[in-house]
Amino acid sequence: MPRLIKDGAIAVDTWLAPVPGNTPPAAGQLATLEQWLELADKKGSAVLLEPGQQPDVLYDHLDEIAMIAISFPVFTDGRGFSYARRLRERGFRGELRATGHFIRDQLTYLRRCGFNAFQMADESSLDEAMNSLGDFTEAYQAADDQPLPLFRRRQPAVP
Amino acid sequence: MYVYDQYDQKIIDERVAQFRGQTARFLAGKISESEFLPLRLQNGLYVQRQAPMLRIAVPYGLMNSRQLRKLAEISRVYDKGYAHISTRQNVQLNWPVLAEVPDILAELASVQMHAIQTSGNCVRNTTTDQFAGVACDELEDPRPYCEIIRQWSTLHPEFAFLPRKFKIAVCGSAEDRAAIHLHDIGLELLANAQGETGLKVLVGGGLGRTPAIGSVVCEWLDKKHMLTYLEAILRVYNQHGRRDNKYKARIKILVKAMGVDAFREAVEQEWQALKDGPTTLTDAEFERARSFFDAPDYDSLDETEAASMLRAACDRDAVFANWVKRNTVEHRVPGYRIVTVSLKSTGYAPGDVTAEQLELLAELSDEYSFGEVRSTHQQNLVLADVPIAQLGALWQRLQAAGLATPNIGYLTDVICCPGGDYCSLANAKSLPVAEAIQARFDDLDYVYDLGPLELNISGCMNACGHHHIGHIGILGVDKKGEEYYQVCLGGSQAKDAAIAKILGPSFKQNDMPDVVDKILSTYVTLRQEEESFLETYRRVGIDPFKERVYAPAD
Ligand code: HEM
Ligand code: SF4
Repeated sequence: MPRLIKDGAIAVDTWLAPVPGNTPPAAGQLATLEQWLELADKKGSAVLLEPGQQPDVLYDHLDEIAMIAISFPVFTDGRGFSYARRLRERGFRGELRATGHFIRDQLTYLRRCGFNAFQMADESSLDEAMNSLGDFTEAYQAADDQPLPLFRRRQPAVP
Repeated sequence: MYVYDQYDQKIIDERVAQFRGQTARFLAGKISESEFLPLRLQNGLYVQRQAPMLRIAVPYGLMNSRQLRKLAEISRVYDKGYAHISTRQNVQLNWPVLAEVPDILAELASVQMHAIQTSGNCVRNTTTDQFAGVACDELEDPRPYCEIIRQWSTLHPEFAFLPRKFKIAVCGSAEDRAAIHLHDIGLELLANAQGETGLKVLVGGGLGRTPAIGSVVCEWLDKKHMLTYLEAILRVYNQHGRRDNKYKARIKILVKAMGVDAFREAVEQEWQALKDGPTTLTDAEFERARSFFDAPDYDSLDETEAASMLRAACDRDAVFANWVKRNTVEHRVPGYRIVTVSLKSTGYAPGDVTAEQLELLAELSDEYSFGEVRSTHQQNLVLADVPIAQLGALWQRLQAAGLATPNIGYLTDVICCPGGDYCSLANAKSLPVAEAIQARFDDLDYVYDLGPLELNISGCMNACGHHHIGHIGILGVDKKGEEYYQVCLGGSQAKDAAIAKILGPSFKQNDMPDVVDKILSTYVTLRQEEESFLETYRRVGIDPFKERVYAPAD
C-alpha cells in the first residue's frame, strides 16, 4: 500500500489514484477536475487539482468534499501554495494533500499554507523527511497553522 | 536601527540550522544538484566562475559598526579580505567555500544578519533611500515600513517559489532615491488631504532583458492595508505569472499581458478575501517599528552658526572644501552633514571594500556618526549623521584610506556589475571598461564641469549594473565570441524614470573611452547655460550623439 505523511505521522494511503478519462471515479478513487465537475453528488468526493486549475470552481462544495489533492509536477512551481491557502481561507476543512515532486525542505511551508497530508514522489525516506516538518517553530506571518501574525502575538523583548 | 528580540533571533537561528542540514545532505549526496539549487539560492549562494558567491542581506541598507566589524572578519577568515556592495544595497563575497557557508551564516546570525532570500525566485531584500530619516525632502521615514515588509516577506510560506524573483522598494521623499519605478513593486509614501500617510503602489517595473517602468495600481492605500494588499498582488502573480519561460516570468510581463486595469481588478478581487483580516497592520505595530528609528541624540546647532562654522573650515583648505561640496549633502538637523564614502577610486572595482576599510568605517561611524553606516544602490557607503565640527577629522582619515574620492554623482562614480571577471552569465567584462573610463577622465575639473552624470555598466542583458537607467548606459554583448559593448543614452532612475535608448552598433572594449569622450563633448557643445546631460539629451534627442560617435574618422 502506498504511504504518506498525514497529520504529522506516517499513514497508509486509502485513496486510489485517479484514472483520467470519461468514466466517473470509482468509490474511494480521486477524480480529475473534469470528472469531478461531472459528479452529480459531490458528497465525500476527492479531487486532484493540477497547477493552472484554479480552485475557485470548488468553492461552492467545500463542505461536501472529503479530500483535495494539489499536484506539484515540479517542486519549483509554487502555484499550489496559493491554491491551498485560498481553499483553507474559504473554509475547507477536509484533507488537503500535496502530491508529486515537492521536496522535504518545503514541508513547513506547505503545512503553513494548509496542507495536512504529504504524498511524496519518493516514499523511501518518509521518516527522515518528517524531521523537516519541525524546521521552524516560529514565523512572522499569519497562515493556516497560526491565524495571527507575529506582530499581534509578540511579548516584550527578553533582554 | 531595528534590534532583534527573542522571536527574530529564533527565526534566524532556525534558518541557519536548516541550511546546515541541507548543506550536509547535499555534500553527502542525498540531495540532487537541482533540488539543492533553490535551497542555496534562497540563502544567497550562487555558484559562479571562480567560486560560490554569497550575497548577504543588508535590510534597506542599514548596518551598525558591530555588523561592519563582523563582515570584515568574515571576509578575512572565509574569503579574500574584501567585500562588494551591490546595486541592491547588499554585500557580496566572491570567494567563500560551500562547506563553510553554514558557519558564515551562523557568524552573521550572531550580529543579527542573514542571507535569507537574497537570491532565488522569492521576495528579495526591500530597498530604500540611503538618506532615510535624515533627508530634508522627506515626508516620512520609510524604514519602519521596510522593516515591516522585511518581517512579512521573511520565510513567507506562500511566496517562496514564485515564477521569478521579486523586488520591492520604498520611497518616502520628494526626490526618489530608491528607483521605485523600476522595481516589481514600488511604494511611495504620500499624505492625503487629512494628513494621514498612505501608499501609492506601483507594479511591474524592472530591468533585465525587458526593462519596464512600473504602472500605478493603487493611487492611495491606507497604510494599515499595506501587507494585505502586497499579499494580494503576490497571490495574483504566484498563480498567474508565466512559468513556461523564465525570460517572460517577471511580474512586469504579467501586468503588460493582462493590462494594468485587469491586473488591478484581479488584485482587488484577491484582496477582498484578505482585507481587514489579521494581517491588517495595527497602530501599535507601526509605533513599535517606528520606535527603532528614533532620531539619535543630536546636539542641534543654530543654523547660521553651523553655516559659518562650515564656511570657516572650508576656507582653510580648498581640497577639503571640494570634498564637502561633492561628497556631503545637507542634513535635516542644523550642524550635521550626510557624508557619502566613495567606493569609486580608479583602479579598484566599483563597490569593492577591503576588510581594513570596513573596520576603519566601523571605527569612524562610532566616533562621528552614532555607530551606523548605510549602503547605497550606487555602490557607495554613507555616514549619515556627521557633526560639522568633525568633518575635517573624518575627511583626513577617509582620505588616508582611499575613501574620499570627491566624485559622488559625477561621471566617475560608475555603477558596475562584477561582469565577466566573476559572473558566469556575462557576455563581456565590465570592470575593465569602468576602470578605463575612470582613468581617461581623471581631470576632476572637466568631470565637475560635466555636472551630474550617471554612467552604468552591465556585463550582460540581465542588467545587474542598471545600464538601462544610466544617463549613459553600457552593456556587454557577445559578437561571434568577441566581447563588444552597446551604448544607450537617456535613462533615469528618478521620479522622471526613463529607459535609455540604444545609440547604435556596438564597440570594442578599447574604443570605449573614446566613445564616451565623443558623447560627452557632444553634450558640452550643445548644452545651454546650466543644462545637465540628461536635460540636453531630452531637448536634442539621440541623433546629434549618433552623428558624432559614428562619424567616419578624418
Ligand atoms: C555574479 C553573480 C550574479 C548573477 C549570476 C546575477 C544574475 C542576475 C540575473 C539572471 C538577473 C536578471 C533577472 C531577471 O531579469 O529576471 C539579474 C538582475 C539583477 N541583478 Fe544580478 N547577478 C549577479 C550579480 C549581481 C550583482 C553583483 C549585483 C549588484 C551589483 C546584481 C544586481 C542585480 C540587479 C539590480 C538586477 C536587476 C533587477 C531587475 O531586473 O529589476 N547582481 N542578476
Ligand atoms: S549583468 Fe550579467 S554579467 Fe553582470 S553580474 Fe549580472 S548576470 Fe553577471
